[in-house]
Amino acid sequence: MRLDTGGLIDRDAPLRFRFDGKGHAGLKGDTLASALLANGVRLMGRSFKYHRPRGVMTAGSEEPNALVQIGAGDQVAPNIRATQQEIYDGLTATSQNRWPSLRTDLLAVNDWLSPFLGAGFYYKTFMWPRSFWEKLYEPVIRRAAGLGALSGATDTARYDKAFAHCDVLVIGAGPAGLMAALTAARGGADVILADEDFRPGGRLNAEREEVGGLPGHLWAEETIRTLAEMDNVRIMRRTTVTGAYDGGTYGALERVGEHVGDLPDAAPVQTFWRIAARRAILAAGATERPIAFPDNDRPGVMLAGAVRAYANRWAVAPGKRIAIFGNNDDAWRTARDLAAAGVEIAAMIDTRADAAGTGDFPVHRGAVVTGTRGRLGLTGLSVEGAGGREEIAADTLAVSGGWNPAVHLTCHMNGRPVWDAAIAAFVPAENAVPGLLPAGAAAGRMTTAAALASGDAAARTALEALGAAAPTPDVPQAEDGGTAITPFWHVTGTRGRAWLDFQNDVTVKDVKLAHQENFRSVEHMKRYTTLGMATDQGKLSNIGALAVLSELTGRPIPETGTTTFRPPYTPVRIGALGAHARGSGFAPQRYTTSHEASRARGAPFIEAGLWYRPSYFPRPGETTWRESCDREVRMVRDSVGVADVSTLGKIDIQGPDAAAFLDFVYANTFSTLKPGRVRYGIMLREDGHVMDDGTTARLDDHRFLMTTTTAAAGQVMRHLEYVQQVLRPDLDVQTLSVTDHWAQFAVAGPKARDLLDSLVDEDIADAAFPFMSCGPVTVAGVAGRLFRISFSGELAYEIAVPARYGDALFRALVTRAESLEGGAYGMEALNVLRIEKGFLTHAELHGRTTPFDLGMARMVSGAKDCIGKLATTRPGLNGPEREQLVGLKPVAAGAEILPGAHLFSEGAEAVRVNDQGYVTSAGFSPTLNTTLALGFLRDGRARHGETIRMVDHLRGVETACTVCPPVFFDPEGSRVRG
Amino acid sequence: MVELIAKSPVADLLPVEAGSCRLVACAPAAITAIAPYAGAEEALSQALDSAHGLALPPAGRAAGTPGARLIWAGYRQYMLVGEIAPDAAVAAHAAVTDLSDGWVVLRLEGAGTESVLARLTPLDLDPGVFKRGHTARTELAHMMAVLTRTGEGMEIMLMRSFARWGVARIAEAMESVAAQAGLPD
Repeated sequence: MRLDTGGLIDRDAPLRFRFDGKGHAGLKGDTLASALLANGVRLMGRSFKYHRPRGVMTAGSEEPNALVQIGAGDQVAPNIRATQQEIYDGLTATSQNRWPSLRTDLLAVNDWLSPFLGAGFYYKTFMWPRSFWEKLYEPVIRRAAGLGALSGATDTARYDKAFAHCDVLVIGAGPAGLMAALTAARGGADVILADEDFRPGGRLNAEREEVGGLPGHLWAEETIRTLAEMDNVRIMRRTTVTGAYDGGTYGALERVGEHVGDLPDAAPVQTFWRIAARRAILAAGATERPIAFPDNDRPGVMLAGAVRAYANRWAVAPGKRIAIFGNNDDAWRTARDLAAAGVEIAAMIDTRADAAGTGDFPVHRGAVVTGTRGRLGLTGLSVEGAGGREEIAADTLAVSGGWNPAVHLTCHMNGRPVWDAAIAAFVPAENAVPGLLPAGAAAGRMTTAAALASGDAAARTALEALGAAAPTPDVPQAEDGGTAITPFWHVTGTRGRAWLDFQNDVTVKDVKLAHQENFRSVEHMKRYTTLGMATDQGKLSNIGALAVLSELTGRPIPETGTTTFRPPYTPVRIGALGAHARGSGFAPQRYTTSHEASRARGAPFIEAGLWYRPSYFPRPGETTWRESCDREVRMVRDSVGVADVSTLGKIDIQGPDAAAFLDFVYANTFSTLKPGRVRYGIMLREDGHVMDDGTTARLDDHRFLMTTTTAAAGQVMRHLEYVQQVLRPDLDVQTLSVTDHWAQFAVAGPKARDLLDSLVDEDIADAAFPFMSCGPVTVAGVAGRLFRISFSGELAYEIAVPARYGDALFRALVTRAESLEGGAYGMEALNVLRIEKGFLTHAELHGRTTPFDLGMARMVSGAKDCIGKLATTRPGLNGPEREQLVGLKPVAAGAEILPGAHLFSEGAEAVRVNDQGYVTSAGFSPTLNTTLALGFLRDGRARHGETIRMVDHLRGVETACTVCPPVFFDPEGSRVRG
Repeated sequence: MVELIAKSPVADLLPVEAGSCRLVACAPAAITAIAPYAGAEEALSQALDSAHGLALPPAGRAAGTPGARLIWAGYRQYMLVGEIAPDAAVAAHAAVTDLSDGWVVLRLEGAGTESVLARLTPLDLDPGVFKRGHTARTELAHMMAVLTRTGEGMEIMLMRSFARWGVARIAEAMESVAAQAGLPD
C-alpha cells in the first residue's frame, strides 16, 4: 500500500492501468511492480516448471518472477520485467504461464508432482522410444513449462539500430557513474552516460542518505542537471549496456517507446546501439542475493534492498508487517527505513550472533528462517535460534544474503572474476576487458563514499589515458561503512525445498542431486539443473548455487569458480537486433533505368545480385512464363529483341600501361586488340580456375572498357584494384567502375541493324561496323557508345547512353522493336538464347572450373604470363579425369533436364561413388523444340554421342540424355556476322 | 526523330522533410572522376589549380566551392563535382572519366542530421570530429557512399542504381528521429 508521504512519484499525476483484466490506479513515476504493490497485489506470476505462485522479489532488471506480457495482438511483448516497466495511462499487462488464471492455475499440479520432477528428470525419463522426444514429449513439456508467448503474428512494431561514439562511456548512473561522468566531462572528454533506469541515480533514489549535504536523490538530480547542460555529455536513459565487444565497442539497448501508450508509428519501441568508446567505466552497481531456506519463494518474500527501494523511492510498503532476514549490516537499513516510514517490523533476524545493529523492533541474533506459510502470499514464518523455534506472523519477508558486484560485462571477453572475502563476493579481474574500468559497487566499493571516490578515480584514469587534463578534485561527502557481512548461503537441517533459481525453479536439492550424479564442475551443474539459464541469466542465483556446490565438494568458492557470463546482460528483442532489415530493408535494391518501363509492361522481376531484372514481358493471352519466354526467344531469332544489360559490370581502364595490365589480368591477349575493336576474354584466379569472363573494348590506345558478369562485378573490381595496388604497382594504370553511369541495351536479331539505323547518326553497316566493333555514336543528339557484340548468337549490338537517358532510350528501342514484330525480352529468354549457343554464365563459371574444363585451354596465351597461368598446368587440372563442359539433350524430346541433377553412366547405380558429373543450366529451346542443357561430365568431350542418365535425387526425376557439343544452334556462328 | 528526355532516379521522391531535417537533391551539372597517373599528383594539382583554382585535397578532405568541389574519393582517386567539367590539360596527368550519371548527390540538412546518419553509418559524424570540408568514402546502410560536410549540410553521394532504395532508408531514419523527438520524457 502507498505511504502517505515521500517517494519520487508524482502524486498529482494519477494513471490508470490494467493487470489481468482488472483496472488499477498508479502514479507517474511508478513501475508496474510498484503500482501493483501499492494496490496490494502481490501475486504476479507463476514459476517456470512447478507453476508456484510468485511475487516480485526485486526492484530492478534482475527480477526473476514478476514477468508479464504487455500489449495485445501482434505487438504483444512477453517476459517484460514488471520492475522496469513504467506505467502509463491505458497500460495493459497480463500474467504468464498460468491456466486458467493466476490464482487458480491447474498446472500447479506439477508442484504436487515435484518429487518426480527434479533436475535431470527429463533426461532420464523420456529416453525411450527416441522418436517420441521430438514428436510427443517435448511439445507436451514445452506447453506445460514456459514463460510468456509470442503472438505468432509478424511483429509490426518498429525497431531502430544506431551507432554512437564517445571518449568515455559510463555504464550506470548511480553514485559512482554520476561521479565518473562528472569528472570525465569536466576534464573535457566526450561522455555518454547510459543508465537502464528511467530515473538516473541508482541506489541514491532507493536509500535514505545524504550526499554533499543533500538527500542522495536530490544530489543525483542536481548532478544530472549539471551534466545535461554540458555540451560534451549525452545522457541515455532507459539504456542497458548489454555487451562488451572488441575494440571498445559496446552493445546497448534503449527502451525508447516502452513507456509510451500511444507510440507514433514511426517511433521505435527499442533501439539497439553500438557504442564505440575510447574508454568505458563500468558503474553498474551490485545485485542483492537471496538466502536459500524452505519455501523462500512465496509472494511476499523479497530482497531487503528492494523492500526499502519500494518504500523510499515509490512510497510503497510491500506489506503491513515486515520481517527482515539477513547476514549483513546492510539488511538493517531496511528495518530502520521501514520503521521510520511507520511500517510495523515483525522481526529483524540476523544469522550473526554478534550482529551489531539496534532498533526499536524485535531482534533475533544468530537465528535463521526455517520455513514460511501462505499459499498465494506470505502469512508467517518460522525462526530458529538460540532461543528455540518461534512462529512469527508477517506478510513480507525482506531477505539479504549480501550484494554481488555486477561483474557481468567484465566477463564478456573471457575474463574470470576474483573472490573478495571482505565482501564475500566476486569482483572484476584486473583489466578483464581492455579499456573498461570498473568503479563503485561493481568494483566491490560498497559504500556511497567509496563509490563516489572510485567513480572519480576511474574517470581520472580514463582522462589520463586519453591525454586529457584532470579537473580539480570535487568529490562530495557521503556515508561510509555499514557493509560488514558473514557469508551465509542456505539454511541447513530443514525439510522442504529451498529455492536458488527462482526463474528456472532450481532448488538446493537439485544442486545436491547434480553433485551426487557426478556433475561437479560448476558448468556441468548449471547444465544439469538449468540453473541460471532463464531470461534473468541467474543474476540472483549463480553465486548461491556455486556456494552450495562448494560446500558439497569441499572446495572453497574461488576454486569452484563461476559459470561464464555472456552478452546480452538483459534480453534484447530479435526485432531490435534485426532493425532496418525487415521487408525491403533487408538488402539494398539496385534498379536499372528501364525498371519503370519494364514494370509498366507487367514484367515480374528476379534478383541478380542486388539488381532487379525483368524475368519476361507477358503479353495478353499468355498464361505462363514459358509461353512468354518461348515467344521472346523466337522474336530474337526471327526479328529483333531488346534487353537491358546495364547490370553487367563496366570498368574503365586507362593509362599508358592499360594494355599490359589487361594482358596480365586476362588469360588471353589484349595488347594486340586494335582501337575500335572488342574481344572476349577470360580471367583466372591464382589457382588457375576461371574467375570471370566478358568482353573488353579498346576505346583508344590507352583506354579500355571491360565488361564483367553481373554477379562478379564487385569481385572483379576488387580483384583489379588488388592487382593494380599489390601485384603490379609498376604498371601506370587506373581502374574505375562506370557501371552506374551507363544504361546499356542489347538489340539482337536479324532486324537489329534496321532498328538501330533509325536511331543513330553513324553508319553501322557491316562494312563500316563489323562483328566485334565498338565506337562512339550519337543517339538522338546524345553521345553514346555502340558495341557489336552478341550473347544470343544473332546479329546484335549493345548500345549505351548516360543513364539519365536510359528510360527514354529503352522505351524508344522497345517501341521500334515492336513495330518490327519484336519487343523486349527478359532474363528467361536471355538464358535460353545463350544456352542454345553454349555461352557461359556463373552457373558454369562457378569457381571450380578451369579453362581446360570449359574447352578454353587454348585461350590461355602461351606468349605471355598471366595470373593463374602456371596453375593451369598443374597435374589434375587437365585430363580425362576432369569433368568437362558438354551439351545434353533428352533422348525423348521434351523430357526434363534439371540443373543440379547428377549424371551417371547407363547401368550404374545412381550413388555418389558412380557420379560422373552434373547439370549446370537447362531450358526449353523453342528454336530446336527440345530441352537443352549444359553440364560437366567426366572426360565429356570424348563422350559426345553417348547416352547418359540424369538423376535428380531431390525432385525424383530421371532422364536419359544424349551427350553432345555445348553449342546447339548455329555452331558456325554465321548469324552474328549477318 | 526520337527525343531522349533525361530522367533523375530520385526527383519524384524528394524533398523529404521530417522534424527539423530535410533531404534534398543536388543536381551538379557534372561529376568527373580524376585518377592521377604514376607520380603525376603534383603536376595534376598544378593543372587543376591553373584551370580551376583547385588543388588536390589530402585524403579525407574536400576542397572548393559548391560550384566546383574536388573530393578525395579513395586511394589515388578524386571526384570533381559541380558546374564544371575538368579542363583538357588535366587529362595529361590523370585518367579522366565522366561519372555524371553514375552518382546521385543528395544533401541532408537541418538539426538532427547527425542523429539521422547515426542510424545508417558507423562513422563518427560529430561536427567536432567530421568537420566542414571533411569527406569519407564509406558505408551507408550497406551501400557505398561518399559523405562530405559542407556549409549547407551533409552531402551524400550514392551510386545511381542504389539511390531510390537509399532515399527510402534515409527517409525512414529521418522519420524515426523526428518521431522520437516528440516522445514523453
